[in-house]
Amino acid sequence: MGVIEGEGGSALAKLGNIKLSEAARGLALAMPPLAYTLLLLAVPILAVIYLSFTAREPDADGNMVMSFANYVRVWTDPLYLHLLARSVGISVIVAVITVVLAYPIAYFIAFESGKWRHLWILLITVPFWTSYLLRVLSWKIALGQSGAINSILLWTGLIATPFEGLLYNIGAVVTVLAHSYAVFAILPIYVSLVRLDRSLLEAATDLGDGAVRRFVRITLPLTQRGVVGALMVVMIPTAGDYVTPVLIGGKDGIMIANQIQAQFGKANNWPLGAALSVSTMLTIGFAALAILVLARKAGRLAR
Amino acid sequence: MNTPIISIRGVSRHFGAFTALDNIDLDVKQGEFFSLLGPSGCGKTTLLRMIGGFMEPSSGKIMIDQKPMDGLAPNQRPTNMVFQNYAIFPHLNVADNVGYGLRKLRLDKAQFTARVQEALERVGLSGLGHRGGHELSGGQRQRVALARALIMQPKVLLLDEPLSALDKKLREQMQLELRRLQRAVGITFILVTHDQYEALSMSDRVAVMFKGRIAQVAPPQDIYQRPASRDVADFLGGMNFIEAQIEAEDALELKLASPLTGPITLARRDGFAQGLGKATLGIRPERLRILGPKETAPIEITGTLYDKVYYGEVTHYSVAVRGNTQPLQVAVTNSSGGPELAAGSEVKVGLDRSALVLLAP
Ligand SMILES: Nc1ncnc2c1ncn2[C@@H]1O[C@H](COP(=O)(O)OP(=O)(O)OP(=O)(O)O)[C@@H](O)[C@H]1O
Ligand SMILES: [Mg+2]
Repeated sequence: MGVIEGEGGSALAKLGNIKLSEAARGLALAMPPLAYTLLLLAVPILAVIYLSFTAREPDADGNMVMSFANYVRVWTDPLYLHLLARSVGISVIVAVITVVLAYPIAYFIAFESGKWRHLWILLITVPFWTSYLLRVLSWKIALGQSGAINSILLWTGLIATPFEGLLYNIGAVVTVLAHSYAVFAILPIYVSLVRLDRSLLEAATDLGDGAVRRFVRITLPLTQRGVVGALMVVMIPTAGDYVTPVLIGGKDGIMIANQIQAQFGKANNWPLGAALSVSTMLTIGFAALAILVLARKAGRLAR
Repeated sequence: MNTPIISIRGVSRHFGAFTALDNIDLDVKQGEFFSLLGPSGCGKTTLLRMIGGFMEPSSGKIMIDQKPMDGLAPNQRPTNMVFQNYAIFPHLNVADNVGYGLRKLRLDKAQFTARVQEALERVGLSGLGHRGGHELSGGQRQRVALARALIMQPKVLLLDEPLSALDKKLREQMQLELRRLQRAVGITFILVTHDQYEALSMSDRVAVMFKGRIAQVAPPQDIYQRPASRDVADFLGGMNFIEAQIEAEDALELKLASPLTGPITLARRDGFAQGLGKATLGIRPERLRILGPKETAPIEITGTLYDKVYYGEVTHYSVAVRGNTQPLQVAVTNSSGGPELAAGSEVKVGLDRSALVLLAP
């Protein structure tokens, strides 16, 4: 036993002796995930960007032809512009609604739940143990003309005829998306609230603030990162969501991702689909940047 | 005129089955620098937080400025707090931190700036108003916290170990500054500390607490020289304890006998209802001296030197004496080149009668 330990020790010592600079060691550690990221993220994105600059038909010799035509089409065709605007609009609205609803929940868990904190966090994630598709489908059941909500309202006698407008519109899409992404908004806000130093809140009260003033002057500014993070985490993926619009949105609720899917699928126009994808990425990136700048401006107002 | 600014009656605080504060009675005078001193976990912070309104007593009453404070939030009390970690708002600059409580008054900009400026000057931070709240040193944070609380013009300023995060030198400097500041503004200060030197050097009066109870409330000299109990004596620096017998007592005096000192007569202390029998006497180490061959003292004890520790300005000698299980601790100031004493040598320890304190059992 002692001998083995001794050998192990010396082998470890030898490993430690290999002279590696801090940077080289860091690079070595980062290599596997870096390679993974490059392979699975950067390469496909570059491929899509490349594809978006090609023409649909190869030239007479069968070579790819480079072209801006796809972008010209995306940024001039009212159909695509409309879809793009709607998608970004929906994603911003969903992000804002989700964050506004998530904040009180996160606040409750961080401040009021006491020793049940971890149970609450677990409960919040429970709906996400089922697949996204199933959750969207169950919303369809809930919102349908003879769905759960209408049945209950009819049964209680509050309405005589079922609502028809619950499904297949933008409102329905927003509702379902907001629910689907709730947990991703709650968690970053929760983390920023838990990290908030309680003595700062006590100091604010001590210096005369009531609950509302204290929230606006201390709690909100100091959890701003969590709020902005939550906005991003909800906004960016919802802009590209296509399951919910297909199942819930009807023809008024379809989004840009449905069009992208169509181009890569039925329409079989990959370059156009790629140009739509890149344009969506840029637009949503711009919207995210705008939110960051606005949040920073708002943060400076706190006093 | 002499009504107390804070009056605490029968205040207890329980956490579940644990009693953090047990039936506290305490008065703090207007304009006083008052310290709560005690070991960790004795309930100092709990008491301070209840005065500030951050916690409610389980039972009992707290009056500030003759008004009952039951159920009043911190922002409804005439108190302000300097928190242990200072609680500087990191997203605000120094001026906005200091002026935080003024915003509600909706002063115009010039007035606001003037008051903040005045507060910053008072704590020696003028010119730092634009510095970010997260870019300050420990001492600067402490000053910002002070200025921020004082600008509210509270009747009572509560300070929870405000100096414990500072290094020794800065701490000593801030002790002087705090004391000077308190005199200048005339506001009642209540300071929580577990550092006896801090409490002694700064306070008008000190309350010594143990395990949720107040053991003694007195001015620093009294606390140090005439501690009420063994615990208090022990907590405020070293103390030699000598077992003795009380053999006779009358209205004025107690006659004691101890194998170490022989028969002694002590003046009776107020409030000491001690019957005949066993008693404990205390002597501070610096009230003992090592006698040279020709020196004498009112009380002399012979023993064997068995250890000494050199601290620069003082040397601590341990002298084993017959009749006491603990060796006597003698602190000798290294002012004059006294005799070099070697461990194992016979020494004579001398003291005055006034050095002896009778401690509550
Ligand atoms: N919220 C609480 N829940 C349970 N017990 C508590 C709570 N606050 C304080 N206590 C207990 O009450 C006792 C007194 O606490 P307190 O903070 O007043 O001590 P302290 O004298 O300020 O000590 P320190 O010098 O370490 O700050 C401690 O034993 C502590 O464990
Ligand atoms: Mg404390």
